[in-house]
Parts: sequence; C-alpha cells; structure tokens
Amino acid sequence: MNNLLRKGNRGKFFSKFLANYGQEIVLLSSMIILFIVVSQVNPRFLGGNNLNTIFSGNAYIGVAAIGMSILIITGNIDVSVGALIGVLATICGTLAVSGYPIWIAWFAPVVVGMIVNSIVGFIVAYAGIPSIVVTLGMMSILRGGLISVTGGDWITDMPEEFFLAQQNFLGIRVPLLTLIFLTTIMFYLMSNTTWGRSLYAIGGNSEAARTSGIDLKRGVVLAFAIHGMFVGFATILFATQLNIIASTVPPNLELTVITASVIGGVSIMGGTGTVIGSTLATILFAAIGSSLIFIGVSAYWLRAIMGILILSTVLADMARRRRASL
Amino acid sequence: MKDDSALTLRIENATKSFAGVTVLNDVSFDLKKGEVHALLGENGAGKSTLIKILSGVHLPDRGKIILENREHVFNSPKDAFKNGIATVYQELLVFPELTVAENIFLGHTPKRHGFLIDWKKIKSDARKILDNLDSHDLDVDARVGSLSVANRQRVEIAKALSQKTKVLIMDEPTAALADTDVRRLITVVKRLKEQGVSILYVSHKMPEIFEIADKVSVLRDGNHVGTFDILDVTEDLLVSKMVGRSVDKLYPSSKGSHGTPILEVSDLSDGVRFSNASFILHRGEILGIAGVVGSGRSELAQTIFGINSSKSGSIKVDGRKVLIKKPRDARNLGIAYIPEDRGTQGLVKEMKISQNISMANLDREARGILILSQQEILNAMNAIKKIGIRARSAVQVVRQLSGGNQQKVVVAKWLQTEPRILVMDEPTRGIDVGAKAEIHALMRDLADQGMAILMISSELPEVLGMSDRVLVMNAGQIKAEFSKDQATPENVGAIMTEKVEEVA
Repeated sequence: MNNLLRKGNRGKFFSKFLANYGQEIVLLSSMIILFIVVSQVNPRFLGGNNLNTIFSGNAYIGVAAIGMSILIITGNIDVSVGALIGVLATICGTLAVSGYPIWIAWFAPVVVGMIVNSIVGFIVAYAGIPSIVVTLGMMSILRGGLISVTGGDWITDMPEEFFLAQQNFLGIRVPLLTLIFLTTIMFYLMSNTTWGRSLYAIGGNSEAARTSGIDLKRGVVLAFAIHGMFVGFATILFATQLNIIASTVPPNLELTVITASVIGGVSIMGGTGTVIGSTLATILFAAIGSSLIFIGVSAYWLRAIMGILILSTVLADMARRRRASL
Repeated sequence: MKDDSALTLRIENATKSFAGVTVLNDVSFDLKKGEVHALLGENGAGKSTLIKILSGVHLPDRGKIILENREHVFNSPKDAFKNGIATVYQELLVFPELTVAENIFLGHTPKRHGFLIDWKKIKSDARKILDNLDSHDLDVDARVGSLSVANRQRVEIAKALSQKTKVLIMDEPTAALADTDVRRLITVVKRLKEQGVSILYVSHKMPEIFEIADKVSVLRDGNHVGTFDILDVTEDLLVSKMVGRSVDKLYPSSKGSHGTPILEVSDLSDGVRFSNASFILHRGEILGIAGVVGSGRSELAQTIFGINSSKSGSIKVDGRKVLIKKPRDARNLGIAYIPEDRGTQGLVKEMKISQNISMANLDREARGILILSQQEILNAMNAIKKIGIRARSAVQVVRQLSGGNQQKVVVAKWLQTEPRILVMDEPTRGIDVGAKAEIHALMRDLADQGMAILMISSELPEVLGMSDRVLVMNAGQIKAEFSKDQATPENVGAIMTEKVEEVA
C-alpha cells in the first residue's frame, strides 16, 4: 500500500506531472522559446515596460477565458461572450458618466453578467436546448439591442478614478495582477472542491455524474453563472483601460476567448483541461502578437497563427486520446 | 502442414509491443478452409491486438501473415479487406443515416461508366448477400439507424462478405445480442463455414464456442498457450488455460440463511416499461432477476434507484415507506446501483481511479466543499486492494484499465457509499472469466456479511449460479419466482423467452 502511494505521488512524479499538465508545459516552453528568439532579433522586446503593457492589455481576454474554460469543461459553450462584454462595458461606462458612485459602475457588469448567463444556463439546463444554440440567440439579442440603444456612440468623460485598469500595484499593472489572482483562485477551486469536481464529472460523462447523485441542472446553471461573473470581471478591465468606450461589440472577441480555452488544453468535448492553460494561452497570444510587431511582421498574421495553433492543439489532443485508448 | 491445400491463413511468430510492453509474444497458428477457430483469452491477453494485426490496423513488430501460401504485409484495414480478410468488430461501425445497401457497399461501390453509382446493382447485390445470410426479412432500403442491434450486425456481416472474403474475423459477436438473435447468428456462422469461409471467432461464451468451433486457441498475457481440437477439451480445462490456474468452482456457494426483509417493493409501475412489480429482498440474500433485454428489468432497477420515476406503487426500506426521487435519495437510504453499462452510467473514464471511486460519496467525505485529496487517494488504495483492481496506481486514468478492472472500479465506487442494498444490473457483462469469478466471489462475500443484493442478468448460468432466489421478468411483469432448487435452466428459460401478448 505504501508502495502504491509512493508510485502514485512521488516515484513517477515528473511523468505524472507531464501527463496531467502536458498542454500547460507546452505553452510555457513555447513562450520561453518565443521570448528568447524575439529578444535576439530585437532586444527592446523584453525591455522597459513592454511585457507588462502587452499582458495587461490582453488580460481581460484571459479573465473571460477562465469563465469560458469552466463552461467548456462542463460540455457547454458560450458564443455570445463578445456581445455581452460590449453590452456590459456600455452599462459600466454609462453608469460612470451618469454620476453613480464608481463602485456601482464597476459592480454592475458582474451582477448583470451573472444574471444574463444564469438565464442562459436555465434555458440550457431545463429546456434541454444545446448551449451553442441558446448563446447564438443571446448573441443576436445583445448585438442588436446594443446598437439600437446606443446608436454606436462613444462614451467618454468618465471620472478619473474610474480607470482601474490603468493603475499599478507593486509596479505591476492591475489587469495582469487580476488575471493571475483569478486564475490561481479558480484553479484551486476547480481542483480541490466538490463543486469543481462535479463540473468536471458533468462534462466527462453526464449520465455517470447523474447516477452518482450529482445534480446536472444545478451544475450547468452554476457553470453559466460563474462564467457570467468572469465576463463581468473581464468587462471591468476592458472598459477601464482606455479613455473611451466604443459602445459596439469588439469584433471576433468570442472567438479569441474560445480559442484561448481550447489552446489552453480544455477539451471541446468537455471533462478535461485547466484554467491555468487558458491563461497561459492568452498570454502566449499577446506575446506572439507583440513579437510580430517587434520583428517587423504584419500583425494580421496573428489570426493565421492562432488558427494554426488551434488545429495543432486539437490534433495533438486527438493523438493523445487515441494513444490512451489503445 | 500435412494438407497445405486446405490451409487458408497462417500466422507465424506474430509479436507486437506498445511503448515497450509486449502485448503479443510469438503467436503462431493455422486457420483451415471452412474452419471455425475460436480465440479465447482474458481481457488484455492479446486477442484484440492479434485481430488488429490480421485486419491491417497494426503492423506486427515481427512475424508473418501467410494467406493462401503467399506472405502478406497489410498496411491498412483496406489492404487486408481487399485480400479477403474481413472483420466484424464488437462495436459496430455502421453508418446509421445510410441505408442497408449503402452500408454494405460503402468503400467499394459498384460504378457505371467509372463514376456513376450503380444503384440497381448495389440493391440487387445487397439483396443477394442478405438472402445468402438467411436474412430475407431485412429491407435493403431501410435506414440502418432504425434497425435493432442484431440486424445492424447482420448488415456488418453482409458488408464483410460483399467482397471475396476468405477469412471472417468476429470479435465478440454475441456480446450484445439476446438469446434468439444468438441462435440466428450461429446459424449464419455455420452457413458461412459450409461455403468455405474460415472464421476466427472471439468470444467469452463457452456454450457457443463448444457449439460452433472446430479448433480453439488460447492466449494468456500475450502468449499462445495452445491450440486444441474442440473435441479434446472441456470447459474447465479451457478456463484454467485462460487464467493460468484452475478455477474449481465457477460460482461460490451460498450459506443459505438470510435475515429480515430490508427492501419491499409493492405494485411498482413506471407506466411504460414495467408494471405491478412486487418482491421482498432480505438481508444477506442474493435475489436474481432473470429477463431478456427489453423485459423491463433494467427499468425496474433504475426506478428503485431513482433514476427514473415511478408512476404508482410503493417502496419500503427497513419496513418504512420511502420516497425516492433521485439517485441521491436512494444512496442516503443505503442503496447502491451498479449500472448495466459502465461506459455510459458507471464511469467518467477521463478521470482517475480515485476520483471515480469517491464520486458517489464525495459530499460525505469532503470537509465542507473542500476535497481531502490525501484521504481520497488512501480510500482508493484500500478499495484497490480489497477488490483486487489491477492498476498501476490509484491515480491512474480509468480509461486505461481493462473492462474487468473498470467494472471493479464501479463496484468500488458504490461500496464506498457503504450500502446495505446493492442493485447490480448485468454485473459481469463483457468482462473476462477471471474477473467475472472475482466479482462473483465478492458478491457472495458481501451477502455473507449481510448485504442484500438484487442482481439482474440475462445470462442464465449467472442467475442460476449466483442467486438464492430467482424472479423472472418478461414483458414488464414479474412472471414467476423460483427457489434455488426449483430454478433450473429449463424452468427459468422458458418463462424468460415465453411469447407474451402485447399489452394494449
């Protein structure tokens, strides 16, 4: 028995670690290689505040990807996340310029995000409609509603204290700190609590989860609500980083967020993956995007590179599954 | 090698390893023309690997495949198929949205002018092949998705025979079939044999093997234990060759004394699949429910466990009337349920053994919402030892285990909830003889310690061998009850398969 424990916990620790966190390690090493190569070409890449700036500018994507990862782990997806961030940012900015206390402007996206996604979760869980269909509908409602209400006007003249994402704490920009903090907390909760475990079980095999006494409907609504909360957090970072809020939907944002989750190793089939992976993937994108500029390649290539990354990640996942099922 | 003309296939020294583990070691045997050759072995003995080598899925590391005196190297399943080796896998590979005829000719569709599909020929050829298989009732235009498992299998066999097939490999063809369909399949196999097709037949079911096989080869841990003439061996001998030790008794004997009633089901109906089920289960007793697939037995079990809801009737536990609306209610009353299909209802295969074992009990083991990981792994290690799960460690992913060991994980998961009533639906389906005997021993052990076990099975020998009492279900009704002495294969089998008028 002691032997088993040793084998399980220490003897093959490294290979176990590799097997459990393969994708995360791949991402981390890719990033290190990228840093080395790009800094050889252009030393300014690592210099000054460049990394702090690019990571912070993209942190909101990473925060949204945490929620998305949790959702995908349960076997669901949300394609309305970009539209929702657009709507929430508009609400957030409007409240700020209308003279409400700043904390209310900050808090509103979180509450509204949770409410909207809980409704989606209820429809998915209780009406049994696939989440991709429900969120496609939600995407149209949010997009159409937003443009009809605002007419596409920009929001400006927010009070000075509003710009949370522009502030520093201990020399690090708040968005990057927030991303690291939220990733750590969610990783811990997902791997060490009963409800994190139940979300993995629901995504891995919902029938087996149900037979084991896990409440599927509650689990799905919970995952959507948490995702909504993270969309709210992401919105705060997004809305407070620039001095204007364009009250439209940021183009392709939902795809970027889903891509981060998938490349981060969250299986689109549900049941596996971690939020550390999606955060690393977000940071890697940001680094690649910035690298392209530093080595003088058109930033339009970033989309193509992301596409290649998605395909290779999914192929690698398939290969791993096939090997595992031999 | 006396009679080379009758030799269809020879496998010489086939060896294969994956990631440094030898799964097939130096296996050789011959297959004669028109011979039914059974392949026996526990899960993990190398049967699937051998099949996959013959059908072109894997290349052997060493060894030869000689088909009609010519050595072949099969680089792909298509290669093997073109050369006359066809395989019908246990998991059928039919396309549900296509018709029977389309499925049969998928991949080698007859064409007109080189590119137009010759529909007339497809249909008439499909008809001919099916008639040849005695399947006059199968419509070539039917969508395969609308067919029963047995009929889908016939389509798959027809597909295998749609080219000049010399060797047909059948991987556990009867695992998912009801008794009558098994009879039909056996007729088909005999017919193919008469037509000179050589058949490599993989199965765990001894009666079938003794009925149709001419020769039997046994594999154990990747090694070829021997090839025997079926007339020279007995079931006991084959089992001992397979497991490498002698299995004296297939079924452990009962102490015969039971305690007080613990579960009382009265007039339970789900309004669809079964009605007016009444029985009493005692402490320390194994109560068997015999019934074919579709008799309502699984639905009855799932209703008791709260997966399906009941329409009328009542359930008493310890003499008190209880309301079971969901699986958690049942568990809290001390009921556990080992589902019929461990793949769909039993396990989350991507998860670790320890995580699967704790799944039904996690809320009790956690401190608040916090999982105590160390304790979780310790519990799993205890269960692994107690139940004899063969695994590398407690944190191994369940997907990597063999069928028998996966089934033991499901059992471990439910024993973790410390049940007093254990409902087992097909507890040993699709697992090898060795693991089966271990699960049977465990069941008897639990019963002797006072656990009440309700066991559902469509395998008559299992029901009769294990049960202290037998209920027989047919068409949604409990039709009869037998004591252990009265329960003979004839008595029980007759009521199981009796044709019942459709209830309006």
